[in-house]
Amino acid sequence: MYPSRFHYEAPRTLDEALDLLQAYGDEAKVLAGGQSLIPLIKLRFAAPAAIIDINNISGLDYHEEDSDGSLYVGALCRHRTLERSPLLRSKHPTMSATAPLISDPMVRSRGTLVGSLCHADPQGDWASVMLALGGEIIARSTGGERVIPVSQFVVGPFQNALQPGEIAVRARVPAPRGTRSGTYLKLERRVGDFATVGLAVALETSGGTINRAGLALTGVGPSNIQCTAAEQALAGKTLNASTIDQAARLAAEAAQPKTDVRGSAEFKRHVVYTFVTRALSNPQARAA
Amino acid sequence: MAQALDEIKIGGLGSSRKRVEDDRFLRGKGNYIDDFKLPGMVHMEILRSPLAHARITSIDTSKAWQIPGVHMVLTGDMAAQHNLAWMPTLSYDTQAVLATDKVRFQGQEIACVVADDPYIAKDGCEAIVVEYEPLPPIVNPYQAVAEGAPIIRDDKEGQTDNICYRWEVGDREGTERAFAQADLVSKLELHYPRSHPSPIECCGSIADYNSATAKLTVYMTTQAPHIIRAAVAIVAELPEHMIRIISPDIGGGFGNKVPVYPGYVCSILCSILLTRPVKWIEDKTGNLISTHYARDIYYKGELALRKDGKILAVRFHCDSDNGAFFSDAQPTKFKLGLIHSAFAAYDIPFGYMTAQGTYTNKAPGGVAYRCSFRVTEAMFFQERAIQAAAYDLGMDQAAFRRLNLVKSHQFPFRTPYGFLLDSGQYEKCLDVALNAIDYDDFLREKEEARAQGRRLGIGISTMTEPLGAGNSREYDILGIKMFDAAELRVHPSGKAILKIGSKTQGQGHETTFAQIVTHELGIPAADILVQHGDTDNTPFGMGTYASRSTPVAGAATAMVARKVRAKARKLAAHLLEVSEEDVEWELGRFHVRGAPNNGVSIQECAMAAYGNMPDGMEPGLENNAYYDPPNMTWPFAAYIVTVEVDPETGVWDVLRMVAVDDCGVRINPMIVEGQIMGGMTEAYAMANMQFITYDAEGNCVGSNYMDYLLPTAWETPGFELHEVVTPSPHHPIGAKGVGECAAVGGPAAFVNAVMDAIDDTGVRNIDMPLIPDRVWEALKYRRDISGAPPVKSDAD
Repeated sequence: MYPSRFHYEAPRTLDEALDLLQAYGDEAKVLAGGQSLIPLIKLRFAAPAAIIDINNISGLDYHEEDSDGSLYVGALCRHRTLERSPLLRSKHPTMSATAPLISDPMVRSRGTLVGSLCHADPQGDWASVMLALGGEIIARSTGGERVIPVSQFVVGPFQNALQPGEIAVRARVPAPRGTRSGTYLKLERRVGDFATVGLAVALETSGGTINRAGLALTGVGPSNIQCTAAEQALAGKTLNASTIDQAARLAAEAAQPKTDVRGSAEFKRHVVYTFVTRALSNPQARAA
Repeated sequence: MAQALDEIKIGGLGSSRKRVEDDRFLRGKGNYIDDFKLPGMVHMEILRSPLAHARITSIDTSKAWQIPGVHMVLTGDMAAQHNLAWMPTLSYDTQAVLATDKVRFQGQEIACVVADDPYIAKDGCEAIVVEYEPLPPIVNPYQAVAEGAPIIRDDKEGQTDNICYRWEVGDREGTERAFAQADLVSKLELHYPRSHPSPIECCGSIADYNSATAKLTVYMTTQAPHIIRAAVAIVAELPEHMIRIISPDIGGGFGNKVPVYPGYVCSILCSILLTRPVKWIEDKTGNLISTHYARDIYYKGELALRKDGKILAVRFHCDSDNGAFFSDAQPTKFKLGLIHSAFAAYDIPFGYMTAQGTYTNKAPGGVAYRCSFRVTEAMFFQERAIQAAAYDLGMDQAAFRRLNLVKSHQFPFRTPYGFLLDSGQYEKCLDVALNAIDYDDFLREKEEARAQGRRLGIGISTMTEPLGAGNSREYDILGIKMFDAAELRVHPSGKAILKIGSKTQGQGHETTFAQIVTHELGIPAADILVQHGDTDNTPFGMGTYASRSTPVAGAATAMVARKVRAKARKLAAHLLEVSEEDVEWELGRFHVRGAPNNGVSIQECAMAAYGNMPDGMEPGLENNAYYDPPNMTWPFAAYIVTVEVDPETGVWDVLRMVAVDDCGVRINPMIVEGQIMGGMTEAYAMANMQFITYDAEGNCVGSNYMDYLLPTAWETPGFELHEVVTPSPHHPIGAKGVGECAAVGGPAAFVNAVMDAIDDTGVRNIDMPLIPDRVWEALKYRRDISGAPPVKSDAD
């Protein structure tokens, strides 16, 4: 790969990174896993004046629960770590189902959840998952930290809500009300492909009654889509053929698919319907 | 009595000895083109056209020249001063090296920049300003022949349309008479989508012109170094003996590395102009959008059928999309390669075919991607048509095949298109496959599943293909007949070096060709070094593609070993002090007739050739052989696939895949199996996901590995391999080609299986690739999905 010329910075501390970010302004890009940034500079679609590589900063590669049951994922926590995480496997089924479906093993060894959210690719899987889970991003600048719900963090295709000088340092998934269940279904043409259709389902239930339902879609709109109507229709209900069908229809209506090389809009909408039906009928269901 | 040698133990015929190449590949000790660094070497990058069809109004290179570290900015006009703006193709057309007048496809080479490093060269390309006047693009054969279509090749004198060839083969009138007798005519229209061989290593070259000696050395990713040397001599007007082509380790070829590409020519010209080594390493996008593609043929065919299932005649027409330049690498006589080998496996009395090639604003090529000159398309069309005919007759698809396959007693069998099949046991192969897949059980299972709303299907593909071009009567490239040569030197200690004109790109020649010598001479394979890929140091050969190496260069190897053995026999007679007639050969040893204990080994004969030869005998133990094959070899395969289709998502999963290959005598069974698995993976890819398409503006969709899909180990199904052995009667060791069989015969098995799973819907065809969207649409609307996968948009 022969990218354009750029300055390479490898700060050792977060403060140093924030100072560099301040100095370069919007000429700089932060490099975590490089899952998306590296291809962009390889193809010279992006030519940042500086790359601030945060991989040498310690204390960012973690995922852990606090005493309240909130999950925190650090900015350098790789997909691969999440894929193999016993914590996720036991308590976070939607995330646990998603991690192995991110790209391919090489990319999963480098790429990060937080980086994926920052990149805000409309075909990114993690943003749908975080929308379904009600997740948040914690951004830090020299002035301190602020919390941004993922629903407000992803502001458009490849656009996030970070201000100049801010670095996303971790993601937070709030503790569930009741028991968590859910899955991620992804129709892809081949391992490593972007989703033709992706569906994140995250349910919080108490004895069969849904306290909170999270449904979000990948690949069928200008950004990841939270299926608010379907979520509201499920809240307070139990799962049965009728509630499932209603939620599936509402989710299919919420989709804004475009016809492209992966398939027609009509096809993708039908897959949304099928996926919601399958995921709610069997919340442990894994990918198609 | 002396212990007889165990041929398997010493690595002879039938030994699954490990590939000797792998040691260096797996340890990172291979030498690929990009590993070479020559003193004073500079780097070249190519500027490519973003547009598919446009007139070039100006090219301003001044800013590129100003970048520090840039040594050369070469344009078409500069190349024209050296008569190199255009070059001849292997199909007697011309191809632009660097565009001077128009760009004719997206990705076409416009200029190149040579600099101290590739980064600077790339910066230089970005600094070149090209102004275009866009012209309407043509992206398929039907647009190409539509009224008022712009003439793509206005550079060619007398070219008034977009047709690059018309061709016909067979007996038109006899076929017409047979169709008049038919009870039923089964028709089918198909498209084999454009794909790309896509070797992991892209193309590249290092041209090193020495101004003192006037010798040009080119390190090059080529499957056919000798024919390339001839081509370079013609294109660059250099004396052939002063050109040396070195083809080092190659990271996959699949046909992609047969042609001469503009990048090679530019690196040569830049090296001559700069008098220093110039390295060009193509990037992945450049490889995918500009180098030779494969397939892209539209088929319209019909079979004349008798009620009892007998096929009376076949006729078909093919429209090929040849891109901007007619540059197929194929034998001169055959305008659409060996497409007329279609239906060869079946006993069909009459056949007639026509074909028409068109220029379009797409990358040129039509290279045989793991395929012997378009036989992949031929066998796909054949096997789809055969299944459709069985359905039309209401016959079981296996029974219909069995009825019409050429029978074992009919060989040699002349096909209606003029080929001569050498040998085979077609019914036996089919039986082995049906038995392996539990055919009758599966048909029951399919019925039961259908009753529960599940869709299972079974697809069969049975085919033979012509491998090993050619014979010199019919096959030539650029007027050079298609033969191969081998040279064998046995050294005093009995160790040997074999030099061959073919060139491995992963096939394992360094392993298997030694095994042929071992079989003929009894010298352990580990004592034989195989050399290839350097035109100064190997005998002439037409190269490695079209599964021709074992049939042709392998035969040359056996023949040269036999010549060496004949001389060794004289040496043995001398050592044993008997007449030559009284010497008998066993593997690795001569003995006196009737006295098996009184013998000498081949190694002792070798020593005698250098130290104790009889009076009057020329010293040494070496020879060479040129082999002109009398016919092609005709392997046979029966492939069966079972699938389940998910009607709600269009996704289809392969349940089982059985492959029965008869490729004659297997030199190294392990390598043969690897070839079959690799070919079957590519077959699955083509059926399932792999295609290059173009939008209405001529933009290539498939310019990187996010858009051009290669299957991974994750989705590739497992393969169950079986074998039948019918030795080729005319090949010295009975071997046949095999490298491509699975890639050729496989795709139809997958597609037929999916079609079988929806056989109650009235859908007659879904064209490849069978991506979920297309299968779902066919099922939902009960309609055929035909043609190239369109780049759809909401505007449609």
